Amino acid sequence: MLELKNICKTFNPGTVNEKVAIKNLSLTLSDGDFVTVIGSNGAGKSTMLNLISGALTVDSGSIIANGKDITHLPDYKRASILGRVFQDPMMGTSANMLIEENLALANRRGQRRGLRWGITEVEREFFKKSLKKLNLGLENRLDTKVGLLSGGQRQAVTLLMAVLRKPELLLLDEHTAALDPKTAAKVLAITEEIVQENNLTTLMVTHNMKDAIEHGNRLIMMDGGRIVVDISGEEKKNLTVPYLIELFNGASGNTEANDAMLLSK
Amino acid sequence: MTFLSSLLNSVPGAVSQGIIWGIMGIGVYITFRIMDIADLTVDGSFATGGAVCVMLIRAGVSPWIAIVCAMAAGALAGLMTALLHTKCNIPAILSGILTQLSLYSINLRIMGGRANQPVSVDKFNLLVSQRYVRELSLKNPLPLIILMTAALIMFLYWFFGTERGCAMRATGDNPTMAKAQGINVKNNMIIALMCSNALVALSGALLAQYQGASDINMGRGAIVIGLAAVIIGEVFFSKVFKNFALKLLAVSIGAVVYYLVLQITLQLGLNTNDLKLISAMIVAVFLAVPYWKKLATRKKGVKNA
Repeated sequence: MLELKNICKTFNPGTVNEKVAIKNLSLTLSDGDFVTVIGSNGAGKSTMLNLISGALTVDSGSIIANGKDITHLPDYKRASILGRVFQDPMMGTSANMLIEENLALANRRGQRRGLRWGITEVEREFFKKSLKKLNLGLENRLDTKVGLLSGGQRQAVTLLMAVLRKPELLLLDEHTAALDPKTAAKVLAITEEIVQENNLTTLMVTHNMKDAIEHGNRLIMMDGGRIVVDISGEEKKNLTVPYLIELFNGASGNTEANDAMLLSK
Repeated sequence: MTFLSSLLNSVPGAVSQGIIWGIMGIGVYITFRIMDIADLTVDGSFATGGAVCVMLIRAGVSPWIAIVCAMAAGALAGLMTALLHTKCNIPAILSGILTQLSLYSINLRIMGGRANQPVSVDKFNLLVSQRYVRELSLKNPLPLIILMTAALIMFLYWFFGTERGCAMRATGDNPTMAKAQGINVKNNMIIALMCSNALVALSGALLAQYQGASDINMGRGAIVIGLAAVIIGEVFFSKVFKNFALKLLAVSIGAVVYYLVLQITLQLGLNTNDLKLISAMIVAVFLAVPYWKKLATRKKGVKNA
C-alpha cells in the first residue's frame, strides 16, 4: 500500500543546528497493516509521519502510495488518501466551527468543494449515527462548537473525521499522548475499534510500549532516523516490555537507562 | 437647543456614511475575523474603488457598470496582496502594506495624475449623493445603500454556508486541520483577499459618489475604521447575534455607531484634525479590552482558589 524508498530528511542543513532526522529509511506497508511505531525522543517518528503526510518534504528518496509516486504531491492533495490525527487535540478540528460542520468538512475530503450547501440533512443523520458509536454522548450535540469539547472528545471527533471517508492510510501521531490516562485508554479503544471495523492500514506512533505491544500486527522501533527493529506476526504477539527494552538497547547500541525508562513509562 | 437640532440634522448624513463604510467593514470582517489576517491593502483599494468609479462615470459610463469595474479593480488589488503572501511567502501584513503603497501610485495614474477628481451630481446621474440625504424622495441614498448591504449580507451568508465557504472558514480557523482535510489553503486565502477587497472598493466607489469626488487620501486609515466597525459591532451584539448573517449586520451597525459617535464628538467642538488619533485610540482600547478581561478573570480565579 505504502512504500518509503531510501528517504532522507535533514533539518537546518549546513548550520550548527543541523539535525539528521531521517536517514535512508525504507519501509513497506501491506494493505491492512496496523503498525505501531516506537522510539525515543528525536528518533524521527513524527518526522516520518510528517513526510508521509506531506507536511514536510523529503530531501531525497521517494514515497509511493498504491503504486503512485506522491513524493512531490502537496499535503492537501495527499489528504485524499490519508486520514490524520495529531498529538495536539487542538490541531485536528476547527474550534470555532460546529461539530457537524467539522464532520461535513471531513466528509468531503478529497472531493471538489463547490457551491452546494456545506452540509445536508442526510449527512446529519449519518453523523449522528457515527458519533453515537463513539459513546461520548456527542450525537445530540451536533450544533455545539468543537472548541467547547474536552481534549479527549476533540481527539475522538478528529479520529472520526479521519475515517469518515475511508482513508487508504491512517496516520496517528501520538494521538493519546496529550490526554489523561483514562481518556487516553478510551480514545485508544475507539481507535482499535475503528481500525478493525474498517480494516484500515494504520501507522500509530506512541510513547507507550505497552500500547505498542497490545495494538497492531506489526511493531517498528526507530532510532537516529532509522528503523532498528521490525517485528510482525507471531513474534509481535509474544512481545513483552522487558524484551522490547532489551531489543532497543541491542539494536541502537544504547545502554543508557534513560531511553529505556522514557520508552517504558 | 441649537446643539441638539444641528446634531439631529447631521444624523442622516452620519447614518449614510456609516452604512457605506459598513460595506468596507464587512470586507474587513472577511479577512480579519474569518481568515484571521489583518489585511492592510484596504487603505489603498478603498481609494482605488473611488478612483475607478469616478473616472468611469466622468467618461460617460453608467454608474452601475462603474461600481462593478471598481469592484473588479479592488479584487485585483486583493489578488496582488494574496500572491505576495502565498506565492512569495511574504507575511500577510507586509504584503498588504506593499500593495497599499504601490496602489498610491496606481490610484494617481487612474485619476490622471491628480490627487482629486470631482464627479458632480449636477452633471452625472449618480447612484448616491449626500445632497439628498435629508430629502424624502427616491433620490435619497439611504434606501439603496440599505438594500445593497442587505443583499450583500444575504449573499455572504449563502456563500459561507456552501462547501467552498465552509472550507474557507476552516482555513482561517485552523489551517493545519484544513490541509489534513484536503483543503487548498493558499487558494482560499487568494479568494478571500479578492472578495474582501472587492467589497472595500465597492464601498470606496459608493463613498466617492456620495461625497461627489474621489480623493487620493480617501482611504487613509480605512483599515482602522473597518476594524472599528467590526469591533464595535461585536462589543454591542456578540451576546445576541449568533447567526452569521446577524454578525455581518452587526458590522454594518458598528460602522453606523462609529459615525454617530464621531458626529457627536464633532458637534461637541472637537478638532477634525484629531479624528484619526481618536479613531486609532478607540480601536486600540476595544482590541485590548477582551485581553484585559481575561487577565482580570484569571486574577480573580487565583484569589478564589
